[in-house]
Amino acid sequence: MNDQSIRNFSINFGPQHPAAHGVLRLVLELDGEIVERVDPHIGLLHRGTEKLMEARTYVQNIPYFDRLDYVSPMNQEHGFCLAIEKLLGLEVPRRAQLIRVLYLEIGRILSHLLNVTTQALDVGALTPPLWGFEEREKLMGFYERASGARLHANYIRPGGVHEDLPTQLVEDIGAWCEPFLKVVDDLEALFIDNRIFKQRNVDIGVVTLDECWAWGFSGVMVRGSGAAWDLRKSQPYECYEEMDFDIPVGRNCDNYDRQVIRMEEMRQSTHIMQQCVTKLLAPEGQGPITTRQGKVAPPPRAEMKRSMEALIHHFKLYTEGFHVPAGEVYTAVEAPKGEFGVYLVSDGSDKPYRCKIRAPGYAHLQAMDFMCREHMLADVSAILGSLDIVFGEVDR
Amino acid sequence: MTEARTPSDAELGEAIASSFPDGAVRVQVAHDELTLMAEASAIVEVATFLRDDPRCRFVCFIDLCGVDYPQRDKRFDVVLHLLSPQHNRRIRLKVMTDEATAVPSLTAVFPSANWYEREAYDLFGILFTGHPDLRRILTDYGFEGHPLRKDFPMTGFVEVWWNDAEKRVVNQPVRLTQDFRDWDFLSPWEAMDVASLPGDEKATRAPVGDKA
Repeated sequence: MNDQSIRNFSINFGPQHPAAHGVLRLVLELDGEIVERVDPHIGLLHRGTEKLMEARTYVQNIPYFDRLDYVSPMNQEHGFCLAIEKLLGLEVPRRAQLIRVLYLEIGRILSHLLNVTTQALDVGALTPPLWGFEEREKLMGFYERASGARLHANYIRPGGVHEDLPTQLVEDIGAWCEPFLKVVDDLEALFIDNRIFKQRNVDIGVVTLDECWAWGFSGVMVRGSGAAWDLRKSQPYECYEEMDFDIPVGRNCDNYDRQVIRMEEMRQSTHIMQQCVTKLLAPEGQGPITTRQGKVAPPPRAEMKRSMEALIHHFKLYTEGFHVPAGEVYTAVEAPKGEFGVYLVSDGSDKPYRCKIRAPGYAHLQAMDFMCREHMLADVSAILGSLDIVFGEVDR
Repeated sequence: MTEARTPSDAELGEAIASSFPDGAVRVQVAHDELTLMAEASAIVEVATFLRDDPRCRFVCFIDLCGVDYPQRDKRFDVVLHLLSPQHNRRIRLKVMTDEATAVPSLTAVFPSANWYEREAYDLFGILFTGHPDLRRILTDYGFEGHPLRKDFPMTGFVEVWWNDAEKRVVNQPVRLTQDFRDWDFLSPWEAMDVASLPGDEKATRAPVGDKA
């Protein structure tokens, strides 16, 4: 054999590869079928969100957050609104908190359903996405009935939410929960216990807990490696403290554990949703859905017709916007993919001076090189699927 | 994270600051968040201390980003966020630098700093010494300039077009089909100094901060 016949191969994976989950370009260096080095090229979906935000008022910026991780839009909006509320020192009414938690958990199920089933698709199972997407469709119907949009909701506002939920909608969401638990069981029987799915995922993409922290992992990635770390429990926000739910934790630090955890988290999210529905229908769950501080939240439409002050507030809010006191905060929420953080610097004007979006997928994708080394080429797409990458948030 | 913690943010900050020579690390607590400010040359030392000291154990790398203040002498802030899962607390470390002065890279302390530093270089032009691979990351191949600087226009300088004659994508100077509309809705009245209005010298100032 001469030197030329044993040289390493460099191949391009993506940006149009169906298993690249978007517009990822991986430059892979292969020795036979063994991956020697992975160089992810990202930024093909870079839209300059952070730059655009500096030229828009706070409320105008909320829709940009829907477009980050577009499979669970409200979880992002929520992170941004928490940052604004922290700088303003706003209290969110209880009903608004319940509605938020309800929709955050819908977002979590939306995201996990997409990820778990398409990861099964990546390793060869075609049916799970069809089953999963049916449920996603129903959940997006709930999004639409609350906000008017199936995907880019723009529903959570600083101080509360935009509109109240009709009772019928809350009841319909409650009625959806019980049958969905059955769907999760079916999905589990369909592919989680499947022999091929196990062969492709067990002991693939192993990361120890120490490596997880150093690489900035969060969410399911650290829970898969054995840490019972969930911001909903450890640094609770909204009314998560009064919710009863468990945090599934993995032991084997591999792809398979992460997918099993996602399945279990969907069940836990459903339980949280059921609790929210009960509380929203109870008399204690009634009340205002946004702060009544007129300088931040717009007045009700009816009041605008009668009150001069309400009209002035409305006009000022939709032209100048509200001013946020100077300062800087970092807020983090447990988004479905991990810790979604917003570092907000305000200079006291009506527009953010700087807003850094800390997307969990960015840190996870960075570790592709470290996780894929010495794996087979076919494992690359399995590992990529288990990282749960969405390019809207990685490229921003 | 509003409940009282022991040690409090201020106490922990003092403990960290006292481990370094006088004045090397300054502490600030605002909005229930602990911020340390250090010299750019000491960033590796401080970050290593934060990671390894048993009182800190900030082992989880959260974020590193730049902030641009063009009116300052050292125009950039490099802001680092760390998380301590063991003590369940967060910390922020800030250093200042300018376009020419490089900041020591944290890649040896936290492998995750790699892409975040590439991003800060790409978007702000902040340089890092000792970084293994300081390439652009988010912007296009062959992009020029650093878009998140305040002196970079939001519309950019070039736009891409498909050139049918050359059969390739080309960069052209930005042509806006309508003028860029930068509405200035900021009320002139609140910004005005009340005491400077002619004939209003005796008026008392409205207390600052009650307009929000």
